[in-house]
Formats: sequence, structure tokens, C-alpha cells
Amino acid sequence: MNQSVQIPISKETAKKLKAGDYVYLTGVIYTARDAAHKRMQETLDAGKELPMEIKGNAIYYMGPSPARPGCVIGSAGPTTASRMDKYTPRLLDLGLGAMIGKGKRSQAVIEAIKRNDSVYFAAIGGAGALLSQKIISSEVIAYDDLGAEAIRKLEVKDFPVVVVIDSDGNNLYETAAGAYEKKKDEG
Amino acid sequence: MRTVEAIEITKQIKEMCIEANHFLSPDMKKALETAAKQEDSILGKQILSQLEENLEIAGKDMIPICQDTGMAVIFIKVGQDVHIIGGNLENAINEGVRQGYQDGYLRKSVVEDPIERTNTKDNTPAVVHYKITEGDSIDITVVPKGFGSENMSRIFMLKPADGLEGVKEAILTAVKDAGPNACPPMIVGVGIGGTFEKCALMAKHALTRNLEERSSVPYLKDLEEEMLIKINGLGIGPGGLGGKMTALSVNIEAYPTHIAGLPVAVNICCHVNRHAHRVI
Repeated sequence: MNQSVQIPISKETAKKLKAGDYVYLTGVIYTARDAAHKRMQETLDAGKELPMEIKGNAIYYMGPSPARPGCVIGSAGPTTASRMDKYTPRLLDLGLGAMIGKGKRSQAVIEAIKRNDSVYFAAIGGAGALLSQKIISSEVIAYDDLGAEAIRKLEVKDFPVVVVIDSDGNNLYETAAGAYEKKKDEG
Repeated sequence: MRTVEAIEITKQIKEMCIEANHFLSPDMKKALETAAKQEDSILGKQILSQLEENLEIAGKDMIPICQDTGMAVIFIKVGQDVHIIGGNLENAINEGVRQGYQDGYLRKSVVEDPIERTNTKDNTPAVVHYKITEGDSIDITVVPKGFGSENMSRIFMLKPADGLEGVKEAILTAVKDAGPNACPPMIVGVGIGGTFEKCALMAKHALTRNLEERSSVPYLKDLEEEMLIKINGLGIGPGGLGGKMTALSVNIEAYPTHIAGLPVAVNICCHVNRHAHRVI
């Protein structure tokens, strides 16, 4: 089912999304990858506030290439999400509404998604040029010294993603490949 | 003895870094087009058509195909009748990478130390593989290698008794474990034999081969074809979201090895299998 979803996202909306749904996201998302996650963890450990509101918001695992003059952003596709698995359950328990990345997640992350009615979306890996065109504005809001790994606030319109892990813990990576294998055997 | 200015090598490497990150080779483009036609899964078909659209945008607007513009791997074959003047060869190569990544708006993804992890801010140093050959030319291949797929690559030190079946199992294990993380449809580079490092280098080099060419060794050609069918039966599909186009090609290189060993390296590359080639 193709549908449009506003970000930030409510738990009620997240709960309606099912693994396999093709979704267009519109609204505000935040980028963070390896180094920014490490620093967010250190910030929380020190008892300090994160640089952005986490409740209901979405983190996009992405570090763009530099923008050419006159462009909003450079190439902007997802990076492998599993590298952030170590830090993710804590952010989900703080209210993180959604994640956008690519690739498998750990069981601990899947449990935290279920527990918090969150959702994990996959964007198309390696389609950074196409995805850059769905980003209307980009602003570094924290950790500027991390360069490509800084936290950016992005405004997106009709940003294409697929629901991979839904709030019931269904995992499209497991079911889709399995379903296809079975179909082939039967054929 | 022919002389070549170091600055000429810098200029060519710079251009190749930019070219490789915005344009795929014709054989790669053709393989993606063919995959889009052959895919049965609806979601898989949609993703493959978006990858084609992505390539068009990248070339037209000069936006890198993928934001991970890679660590620059350079294969350079220097003819033994060439004399390089005006500078150190490795410095000339790194200067080309530096200029290409800065002037080409490519992402700087290299950290100075694997543990301390401070970004070098110019994507240097490159990883350079030299070979001395006959003649008076310099043959350069620039391979910007992304780490989504690099991280899913593997080396297996098999026993001679594991034989061909062991090699097949190793390749399938690497691809299955990589799954969606390596941005399928992928290219699977395989090295068999040699030593630990030689087989890894062969696997990397195999990724640069034209996809329309198969191995000239009959049993390796058969193995390439058999493994492609087996991999595409796994069901992983484009983006790992299910389908039959999990790999576009399996390219295998082999080398003599020790009586006690059977090394196998599997270097996976995503569908953005980039390489630019020039001869000076």
C-alpha cells in the first residue's frame, strides 16, 4: 500500500504502518550516524540534554556528500543501520518515533521498536542522487566539527521509504526473501 | 625510456575520481537495465527503476551516485620503460585523490587512525596497488570503494579437502550474511588461492572486470555462472526486499597456492560498482 506519512510521527500512526508498506515521508527529520550516535550517548551519560527533541522524531542514518553551490545538499542516501544498533534501544526508550536507514537490525532494536510502537524504514541504498531531490532544506544543528557526520535538520517532501520493521516486530527482510524463495520452489 | 610528469598522473587521477563517482561503466548500466527487465517482484522492479533514475540524475546534475564516495583504491601498472619525473609517484596519486574529492564535491570518508578516528578531510591516503609491467605506459584504474558492501566482505581459509564445494559454500555464506546491508543487486568479486593477502587482492581486482566477460579458465567460468544462479535463488532481491536479482555478476580470479591451503576471499560491491580506467 502506498501512503503519505507526516514526520514527526505519532505512535498511533506508527502502529498503522505494516512491514512492506511503501511510504512517502513529509516533514522534518534529523540525520545522525556513527560518530553522532557515540556523542549523543556520551551526552546522555553525562546527564545532559540531546541537541534535538527526540520524541516522535525520526533519525535518518545518513552523511551527505558536500553540496555544490546553489544546491540544498549533496548525495544523500542511507547508510547501514546496524552500526547504530548499540545506541538505538536507549533512543527508542526516550521516544524516538522512527528510523530511516538500510540493512538488518539487532533483536534488541526490534524488541525496542515493539515496546515503543516505533518503526524502521529502509530508504533505497545507493540512490543518493535521487533522494537528495526530496530534501527541501538542510541545516547543521549540532556537532558541526564532525563534518559529514554532523547532525542535520532536514525538511523532506515525499521522501520514498519502505516499512521494514513494524511496531509488531514483523521484519520484511526475513519474510520477503523467504516468500520469494518459496514461490520459486513452487514454480 | 619515456618520461612522464608526476603532475600528469595527479591530473588524470583527479578526473577519474570525479568521473567514477558520477558515471558507471556502460557494462554496469546495461546489467542494471537487464536486471530491471528480469525482476519479478513488484517492489524489486520499482527499486531497480529508481536506481536507473538515480544514475540519470547523478550524471545530469553532477550529484554523486551514492553519498559514500568511498575510499580511493588505485590499481596502477607502471611500465618498466617509464621514468616518472617531477615528484614522488605515491604523492602524485594522493594529490590527485585530494583534488578530485575537494573539487568534485565528493565526501571525505577517511579517518587518520582506525581507533582515534580523526577525519583527514581530503579523503587521503588512497590504497594503492602497484604492478611493474613491460612497456612504456602507465595503466591506472581508480576504484572508489564504499564501505556498506566492504564491511560485508569475507576471507575463508579453507582446507584443501573442502575443495570446490567448500568454495561454493563460502561464497553463498558471504552473500547470505551480507543480505540487504550490501545494497543488492551486488557484484561478487572472488579470489581463490594464493596467500591470505593475495586472495583478498584478487577478489578486489575481480570487481573491476567488464561484466560482459567471463573467466578465461573453463571451470572458473562455469563456477561464475553456477554461483550467479544460486545467489539469485536466495530471494534477497533489490534492496534486500525480496526478488530474484540479488547479484548482477560473479567474477572470480585464481592463483597458485600452497599444498596446505585453499584461501577464498569474497569482496562484495553494491550496485554502485565504480571504476574508471585510463592509460597514460
